[in-house]
Amino acid sequence: MSAAIRRPRRRATPQRQLAYAAAGLITAFMLFPLYLIAVAALQPRTAVFDYPRALYPSPFSIESMAFFLNATGILPALGRSLVIGVMTVVLALALGCPAGYAVARYRFAGRDLVQLLIVSVRAFPILILAIPLAVTFINWNLYDSVLSVALVHTVMALPLTILLAASVFLRVPSELEEAAMSMGTSRFGAVWRIVLPLSRQGLGAAALFAFVLSWNEVFAAAVLTVRNPTLPAQIVGALGQSPLPFRFAGGLALTLPALVFIFFMRPYLFSAFGQARS
Amino acid sequence: MSGQVEAPALREAAGRPRRAVRFSRRQLEPYALLAPAAIFMTLFFAWPAVQTLLIAFQKANGSWTLDNFGAMARDTDFRLALRNTLLVLVLIIPIETTIALLMAVLAQSRLFGRDVMLYIWSIPLAVSDLAAGLVWFSIFTSHGYLNSVLQDLHLIAHPVGFLDYNNLGGLVTAIVLAEVWRSMSLVMVIIMSGIQAIPPELDEAAESLGAGAWQRFWKVTLPLLKPTLQVALILRTTTAFQVFGVVLALAGSALPVLAVKSESWVTEYRNYQLAATYAILILVLSSLSTVGYLLFLRTPREVFQR
Repeated sequence: MSAAIRRPRRRATPQRQLAYAAAGLITAFMLFPLYLIAVAALQPRTAVFDYPRALYPSPFSIESMAFFLNATGILPALGRSLVIGVMTVVLALALGCPAGYAVARYRFAGRDLVQLLIVSVRAFPILILAIPLAVTFINWNLYDSVLSVALVHTVMALPLTILLAASVFLRVPSELEEAAMSMGTSRFGAVWRIVLPLSRQGLGAAALFAFVLSWNEVFAAAVLTVRNPTLPAQIVGALGQSPLPFRFAGGLALTLPALVFIFFMRPYLFSAFGQARS
Repeated sequence: MSGQVEAPALREAAGRPRRAVRFSRRQLEPYALLAPAAIFMTLFFAWPAVQTLLIAFQKANGSWTLDNFGAMARDTDFRLALRNTLLVLVLIIPIETTIALLMAVLAQSRLFGRDVMLYIWSIPLAVSDLAAGLVWFSIFTSHGYLNSVLQDLHLIAHPVGFLDYNNLGGLVTAIVLAEVWRSMSLVMVIIMSGIQAIPPELDEAAESLGAGAWQRFWKVTLPLLKPTLQVALILRTTTAFQVFGVVLALAGSALPVLAVKSESWVTEYRNYQLAATYAILILVLSSLSTVGYLLFLRTPREVFQR
């Protein structure tokens, strides 16, 4: 803030006006569809079929949303989505934190290879895993279960979790750890008492990333479930024969959480999606 | 004579195991920490990936065959699915990369309200392709917003079937818009991280030499962004080959694409062989595109020396 005040005030050059116009246009392009789906989903069911459609909210109503939530299978699917999301978070953190710590704190042969693998897994079509895993999970009696979907979502979330955990651990000065160890704790004790408490916020963000990935994933969830779909898989399955209010309300229900998620994820977007720098 | 030679060797030999144990303990730690993740990824990533390849070359009874590829090529919608996937991809990637570049540059300049703007621009990062498809469905469906506005403006007399079976242009436009809307935020974030890694001195030097903002962007920023753009393009092209939820939400079966074909061969017909063959095709196509980006977007040394 103070830096901005000290800087001389910029004149409104034509170039700057152009920048504001472009930024305004892009912001409108981002927001307008969100506004429209909210209007469509929050009107009375009778107004849903009105045509031409009003661009402003007609009387506010949660009728469509209630209809959507009460549609067959939606609430149990929502529950499964939440359970799978939490399982993905737990698995991804349990596997990703030690790996991230290794990448952040050790120099070892193969470290570059690990980083290369993490990046290349993300550039790999995850779609091809779902089909053989469907066969495997049938053999293991895991098919159509929450665990099967959570395992695939963990595969997808793990590279990101490792990268985020590594970047979070790097922010904790290793001197603190060494000081704790010089006072007699083991490395594990130092990590447990010093590093983890200081990384709580960053690891929380990593957890959120894993959860959002799982919450949004459609393909694997659709291939790996039949009677027990996740929320997106249930919506995909119902799309063919669903009326307009269902689709509008479904669109809003799937989009709304993003507003909250991004609010908390924002400080970590660059660590997660930026270039991996060693 | 031999005793004199042996003495240091013996000392060394006696010392070595102890030192080796002390070092190896510390040296093994990172591998022990990585082991759980590595085992998990081998079980649920590497092994299934190999398995897909095997299934694609097998009959249902397990004997080896190349028939699946012939069957895929003869599949009724195969050519359409391949064409549509490529068509959508070829439109999405340049459009969203251009807009994302613009967004990254704008986000970098000190505009008023930058924080709120960046928050809004990041929202689609947490929106799924299915959700994006449903959002844009409310606009493009026959009794949707676009037809309403056009009719209010007396530009059309009857609603246009943008998402009808035979309206390829409408279907592709809707899918491309929804996908660009959803994923340009991701490209923006990747590019922004690349811009921040460029030393500001370079830009300042160019400015002091009299280069305008436009010139600085083309001659300084963009060449230095090449590796970043490479990462963004590889990631996005790989995902665009798998386009799925957005197509189902907007087009249903009206616009076949490769990923939807693969999924329907599993869920509708339980034909894992054909589904795996489609998956392998997607893998091959996205690998080829990755190699292409690595070859054609190579960063020549001179860029940094110029």
